Amino acid sequence: MCPRPRSEPGVVVVGAGQAGVQVADALRAGGHDGPITLLGAEPELPYQRPPLSKEHLAPGAPPAPAPLRAERFYPEQRIDLRTGVRAVGIDRAGRTVALDDGTAVPYDVLVLATGAANRPLEVPGADLAGVHALRTRADADALRAELVRARSLLVVGAGFIGLEVAAAARAHGLDVTVLEAADRPLVRSVSERMAEHVADVHRRAGTALRCGESVVAFTGDAGRVTGAVSSTGAEYRADLVVVGVGVVPRTELAAAAGLPVADGIVVDDDLRTPDPAIYAVGDCANHACAHTGGRVRLESVQNATDQGRHVAASILGGRRPYTAVPWFWSHQGALKLQIAGLRLPTDTAVACGDPATGRFSVCCFRDAHLVAVESVNRPADHVAARRLLADGRTPDPDQVAEPGFSLKDFAREPVVAG
Amino acid sequence: MPKVIFHREDGSSDVVAVEAGSNVMRAAVQNGVAGIVGECGGQAMCATCHVYVREPYLDALPEIDEDEEEMLECTAAERDPRRSRLGCQLALGDAASGGLEEVEVDVPETQI
Repeated sequence: MCPRPRSEPGVVVVGAGQAGVQVADALRAGGHDGPITLLGAEPELPYQRPPLSKEHLAPGAPPAPAPLRAERFYPEQRIDLRTGVRAVGIDRAGRTVALDDGTAVPYDVLVLATGAANRPLEVPGADLAGVHALRTRADADALRAELVRARSLLVVGAGFIGLEVAAAARAHGLDVTVLEAADRPLVRSVSERMAEHVADVHRRAGTALRCGESVVAFTGDAGRVTGAVSSTGAEYRADLVVVGVGVVPRTELAAAAGLPVADGIVVDDDLRTPDPAIYAVGDCANHACAHTGGRVRLESVQNATDQGRHVAASILGGRRPYTAVPWFWSHQGALKLQIAGLRLPTDTAVACGDPATGRFSVCCFRDAHLVAVESVNRPADHVAARRLLADGRTPDPDQVAEPGFSLKDFAREPVVAG
Repeated sequence: MPKVIFHREDGSSDVVAVEAGSNVMRAAVQNGVAGIVGECGGQAMCATCHVYVREPYLDALPEIDEDEEEMLECTAAERDPRRSRLGCQLALGDAASGGLEEVEVDVPETQI
């Protein structure tokens, strides 16, 4: 590695979640020699978030989520990690970030990895004790402490978080009810066919899943939640509530600094804002998407890490469009759901394999071209789908529907020209 | 305490002792062992905790399940048909818990 001049620009990363840590790591690994400052609002060492709604809630879980990097990684890599500190303003002209401790950090390049906040459910009683949301380790610890003593749980929202928590609560033996305002679970994330299967699995596991019903108020006694009243007028009793009704990207800093914001911080295909010195990555970034031709904002580990690596490479001088194939996963009890690609509501869904066996995939086509694959307990399909989507190859929709079709075998076939 | 020895291509190694119930990926990440990433947090979704297990320990390993089998086809460094495993699937423990009490692994050149 060539030594670089000491005048190398200083990079400040706001947000020490998966995306922010990845930017800092990949910058140093890529040969950046200038200062790197990583600002984290939470008090602890940056940690893995996905297990918080999965293993961390399971009976006998390890007490702490794993850190993203060991403590010694940061000093060894000369990354100035500052935890428990919040960025409160950006001075774009002076190129400094103001912090809530009254100090300011100068930057040459600024990366916003501010993540997202849980969308609040603004109904009466939402502030009662026993009403939880789940994002941070502190949230997960508080929820876990109550899960082990509670007898009944009401989950508001049948998204990934809500369903993962529901499955964990069933493993603890709780009575579980899930209310979902839409007509099916995972309405933003999967096809109708897959949603139907997910609903079946949860119902068979003993969860009462009620779609088309939202919460209008929580009921309580002496400051503690006792249940909820739904939009149909039904009353549900529960001694614990988890609200998982989506997120709001953290765009306050960007907006206050005059950067465009529309469901996230608006960035181009290089993940850069209109200010060439400022990038945004991860949950907070609304980016031009090579796969849908539109704009998307994704909340996933893959999006955080691939965008983090992309921005590091861009800062190091490798400008090119961001094109990584998105993938997601969700473990809900015995259900292992894996998604590759991005589906639009207008895409055609074709089942591959027999849903009755609990192992199948839904292949989503746009103009007869494969754009997404949702797999349940079929990891071979998922891995094959990631490859096919990255290579822009597609099977025929009719072919996929044939009994015995294997996406894995198709992905292995040599590409025939013409 | 269960022990993991990580060997690197340059001849250096790290010896890490961790609590029972951990796994090889977590042991590496918590102790800053270079070359093990564990991007997905141990869900067998990313293949960035790939290790080559040394011969004397191969018989003691758990079976490779379907998830791990598929992800092992996506490793950045070449898969070794006998020695390649995902660190997150190698539980550490004791005779009672069934996990590995000791294991030695070689860290691949690359994970991404």
